[in-house]
Amino acid sequence: MSQVLAPPTTDAPPHGVAQARGLFDREILSQAFVDSFKKLDPRVQVKNPVMFVVLVGSIITSLEAISHPSTFTWSITIWLVLTVMFANFAEAMAEGRGKAQADTLRKMRSETEARRLNADGREELVPAANLSKGDTVVCEAGDVIPSDGDIIEGIASVDESAITGESAPVIRESGGDRSAVTGGTKVLSDRIVVRITAERGKTFIDRMINLVEGANRQKTPNEIALTILLAVLTIVFIPVVVTLQPFAAFSGATVSVVVLVALLVCLIPTTIGALLSAIGIAGMDRLVQRNVLAMSGRAVEAAGDVQVLLLDKTGTITLGNRMAANFFPVEGHNEQEVADVAQLASLADETPEGRSIVVLAKENFGIRERQLDPSHVFVPFTATTRMSGLDMGSRQIRKGAAESVKRWVLEQGGTVPDDLDAIVERVARAGSTPLTVTDGPQIVGVVELKDVVKQGIKVKFEEMRKMGIRTVMITGDNPLTAAAIAQEAGVDDFLAEATPEAKMALIKQEQEGGRLVAMTGDGTNDAPALAQADVGVAMNTGTTAAKEAGNMVDLDTNPTKLIDIVEIGKQLLITRGSLTTFSIANDIAKYFAIIPALFAIKYHQLGALNIMRLHSPESAVLSAVIFNALVIIALIPLALRGVKFRAANSSAILRRNVWIYGVGGIAVPFIFIKLIDLVLVALHAY
Amino acid sequence: MTFFLTLLALVVTLGLTWRYLGSYMAAVFDGRVHFLAFVERLVYRLLGTNPEQEQTWKRYAGAVVVFSGVSLLFTYAILRLQTWLPMNPQHLGNVGSALSFNTAASFVTNTNWQNYGGETTMSYFSQIGALTVQQFVSPAVGIAVAMVVVRGFARKGSSTIGNFWVDITRCLFYILLPIAFVFGIIFVGEGAVMTLAGTATIHDVLNQVTQTIARGPIAFMEAIKQLGTNGGGFLNANSATTFENPTGFTNFLSIYLLLAIPFALTYTFGKMVGSVRHGVALLSVMVLLFSVWVGFTSYGEHQNNPAVAAAGIHSTVGNTVGKEVRFGDTSSALFGVASTMTSTGSADAAYDSFTPIGGMGLMTGMMLGEVTPGGTGSGLYTLLIYAIIAVFIGGLMIGRTPEYLGKKIQAREVKLAGLAALVMPIVVLVVTAIAVSVAAGRAGPLNAGPHGFSEILYALTSQGNNNGSAFGGLTGNTPFYNIIGAIDMLLGRFAIMIPVLALGGALAAKNVVPESLGTFRTDNGMFVGLTIGVILIIGGLTFFPAVSLGPIVEQLSHGRFF
Repeated sequence: MSQVLAPPTTDAPPHGVAQARGLFDREILSQAFVDSFKKLDPRVQVKNPVMFVVLVGSIITSLEAISHPSTFTWSITIWLVLTVMFANFAEAMAEGRGKAQADTLRKMRSETEARRLNADGREELVPAANLSKGDTVVCEAGDVIPSDGDIIEGIASVDESAITGESAPVIRESGGDRSAVTGGTKVLSDRIVVRITAERGKTFIDRMINLVEGANRQKTPNEIALTILLAVLTIVFIPVVVTLQPFAAFSGATVSVVVLVALLVCLIPTTIGALLSAIGIAGMDRLVQRNVLAMSGRAVEAAGDVQVLLLDKTGTITLGNRMAANFFPVEGHNEQEVADVAQLASLADETPEGRSIVVLAKENFGIRERQLDPSHVFVPFTATTRMSGLDMGSRQIRKGAAESVKRWVLEQGGTVPDDLDAIVERVARAGSTPLTVTDGPQIVGVVELKDVVKQGIKVKFEEMRKMGIRTVMITGDNPLTAAAIAQEAGVDDFLAEATPEAKMALIKQEQEGGRLVAMTGDGTNDAPALAQADVGVAMNTGTTAAKEAGNMVDLDTNPTKLIDIVEIGKQLLITRGSLTTFSIANDIAKYFAIIPALFAIKYHQLGALNIMRLHSPESAVLSAVIFNALVIIALIPLALRGVKFRAANSSAILRRNVWIYGVGGIAVPFIFIKLIDLVLVALHAY
Repeated sequence: MTFFLTLLALVVTLGLTWRYLGSYMAAVFDGRVHFLAFVERLVYRLLGTNPEQEQTWKRYAGAVVVFSGVSLLFTYAILRLQTWLPMNPQHLGNVGSALSFNTAASFVTNTNWQNYGGETTMSYFSQIGALTVQQFVSPAVGIAVAMVVVRGFARKGSSTIGNFWVDITRCLFYILLPIAFVFGIIFVGEGAVMTLAGTATIHDVLNQVTQTIARGPIAFMEAIKQLGTNGGGFLNANSATTFENPTGFTNFLSIYLLLAIPFALTYTFGKMVGSVRHGVALLSVMVLLFSVWVGFTSYGEHQNNPAVAAAGIHSTVGNTVGKEVRFGDTSSALFGVASTMTSTGSADAAYDSFTPIGGMGLMTGMMLGEVTPGGTGSGLYTLLIYAIIAVFIGGLMIGRTPEYLGKKIQAREVKLAGLAALVMPIVVLVVTAIAVSVAAGRAGPLNAGPHGFSEILYALTSQGNNNGSAFGGLTGNTPFYNIIGAIDMLLGRFAIMIPVLALGGALAAKNVVPESLGTFRTDNGMFVGLTIGVILIIGGLTFFPAVSLGPIVEQLSHGRFF
């Protein structure tokens, strides 16, 4: 896991591309208003079978209104057109939010000049847009990196705030997993040579613009299935309404075409039909708000279905750094001595582990941090000695891995205390790292460095478990350490001493069992696994290969966000399901409004079905149609924001949604149709 | 009191049947029952089929269509040629072409709509060779198709879904024939007529009248008539006559038999998919709706007939018009609901004389798509269609791609389930619209106004749902009603069966998603509620306007709804 210099916090407010905008931003509203007219184009409408039927219906009623004009006919016609407009408006609202983000991004894609390195080694100034894949460019402090690429030479600190919103600069260097740079970001120091990896017009920013604009938005599998169901529910009501004409004729009653169209529009699932695409766009948008770019809507849906989460230990489950937790003396020494020596050994150690030892010694034993004397010499950690420490004249203080310290002590002519191995073993078994501390040839004790599990993560995993999602911790640690941390963090399973191959094998094994797997990754060696996983979230700091392999990119590089992504995916489906239920449940009240009105002249007895006591047949039909149109507008915020999601098991979620949207969906229209009828009467419309 | 004891006896006997017949049927279709292996082998050799070789859904569907097509032709041919065929003691003439077509379609589709009076139209050979044969094989086809869907859920990544010839053979020899044989004997023992001798003639000296009494091989047809949810009786008056339904016991047996297999198949389903709880959930859907319909129909019949009450006559025994006095109001209502909700259509009373509310109970019982419990096999597969739609909507509401028994319900499944669910309402509404619009159709009903509309709607709903229950009052034996009815029946059967088979194939090919806490539970009360909701919405919302023009307005004309 590469590290960002300043790790972002989980609850960071939206930033970067995702500038916080109110749900009803004035600019978006006015644009959406214009777009809802543009979308009246039948070629656009035909893609949505439900609304297309409404549009055709409104054409029929307007022909009727022209040939037999009456207030009623015109009112129905106008409200049917409004129904279509409201649906357009909902979609335009959802798109508008994306467009606004795309505009921000476009401004970023500045018309910079690139310093291209030619084959002969000379620099040439070319417009950034003319760069093609494989070119090499030079960037120095102050330059904007012209396009996506990999650093092939040098190291630099880069300001990526333009993309991530994170102001702290990050280090990028050639080779390894931190070599990728993104076009539009700015070099703050040093000089790097970058090989361009993106085709013209296909840079990261270009893709982001396409994504947030929904330029090539395709219906996702689940959306297709739901569209089919809605089409079924539309098709079935067409014969219901059309056959009413002959049925009525047989009974000696006459029904007007306008009322039949009104009935049809009220019965077909217009509410969900109008909001369906808005829900999908808004789902993608919610991810962008959290600085996650999904490469396809399919991936967002898959996130809702995920049953296994593979989470890297470091940075996701534990804080990146281990912290000193305890001092264990060997026989003949006490805790305070260990603390004292350990603190001395760490005084010059600027690593987070070292600082934590100093702090713990101070907290537990009040040992003040001593000033370093110029004569004191810091012995840094090296891969060969595997120790660090301090030389204070002839006094040599060291801390390090038990084996290394033991060897060093024996070399110094000292002896190894008998109980040392037992202590080291105990600490390791608890999942911590033992650090042996020695004062010259005399070993004083052991410092326990503990992996600190992130606050609140256990609760999150508990929620995941309730939702039926299994969490698997991936770590390079040995099985002993891994087991201890896994238990502390509350994950369901762990993969210790993980290699990319082992990770890949685990994903395949889970998938063969029919489960969908989500994971995060950033290194080039993660790429195959990211591609194999159903939801692969690449960290923005990761390599180009990783970003291309995954189907989402997290701009914040915060692996914990995988959990949020799962929730957003679920929320998307729940919103669709709930509004579908609501839409169908609404039909009952509409029947009770329209059926008695339909045959009022021939069969006044059917007035008994007019349980809402609506004023007149005409006001009843109009009220139902108005309700049907207004409910779309009323539900736009819900469609854009998504139905409230709470982590719970499936039965609890279902019960809640059935009550709110099923039972509520039956009751609400009775109330509002009656209210609209009262208003119509009060306005003397009838 | 007797009524409640009848209900209790039904619950006990059907409960035992559900458990044991259900698991026996699972064993039969899993190929674990072999006691008639020698018969099976013979049949397979005759058919030239290899019982080990399974079919894809397309081949299976092909077999269903070919088999049913041949059945249709044979039945039609026998009726058209009966004069020249044996066993015709009454020397009845050939059956007309339109009526033969209607009748052949009717028996092949397990509908048993009868536009004829059996005793005056059909020779014994036609009754046995054409009609009773179909009463055995048509339910077997229905059960076989249901097994395809069940296997779709039970199998994993399979391209085949069983062998039609094997399924239908096993169904006939291990299930339908033995049970019908035993109950045929019981019917004979109770006094149902069973003879190949022609009509009996009696001369009533006292009144100086000569009567011709129709009889025939009735008792054995009676058992399969109910067991196979066929409903087509030997005699015109069906189970209301003492020859078909001689005693209160046979009346009870009739109700029991027609409910036995449709209910028990839910156990078979549960057993075969490895979770009896899932079978219980489907059973609950059936039982709950069935109980509600029995409740309000018998309540409706237990009231005074509004027309009789209007004449100033007060009755304390409910609406007795058109009822067999031996059975009475509530029991006849129970028989009627059991018969209309199982797509059987047999009758022990005149449904035309039911109160509007009672009649509506029967009609809407069919409009729900015959799933509560529905016909043999067809009840289960149609219910599974509704369950899949319920799972889809419910599954979305918990934030997962919906899955039923581990099978993901995606675009293809929704499309096929939607198609199958669309067929019945559309076909019924469209043919009814045609019937009320053309002169030949308008000439049919006996009554005018809403009741006349009910008569047409009932007849075409009954045929479209492959029920065969007749409301009466409609002159059905006209070229128009014979042909439109036959189309109604054939579409109502095969236009649903084909997408259902495709669905079975699609499901069988899928892998299983393991269950977790996040999975939408399909074996609890919530699922039962949602499925009931979908059934009521598809049935209720699509037929509400039509029903409001028939029984609802008729009842309201009497001043009150209940």
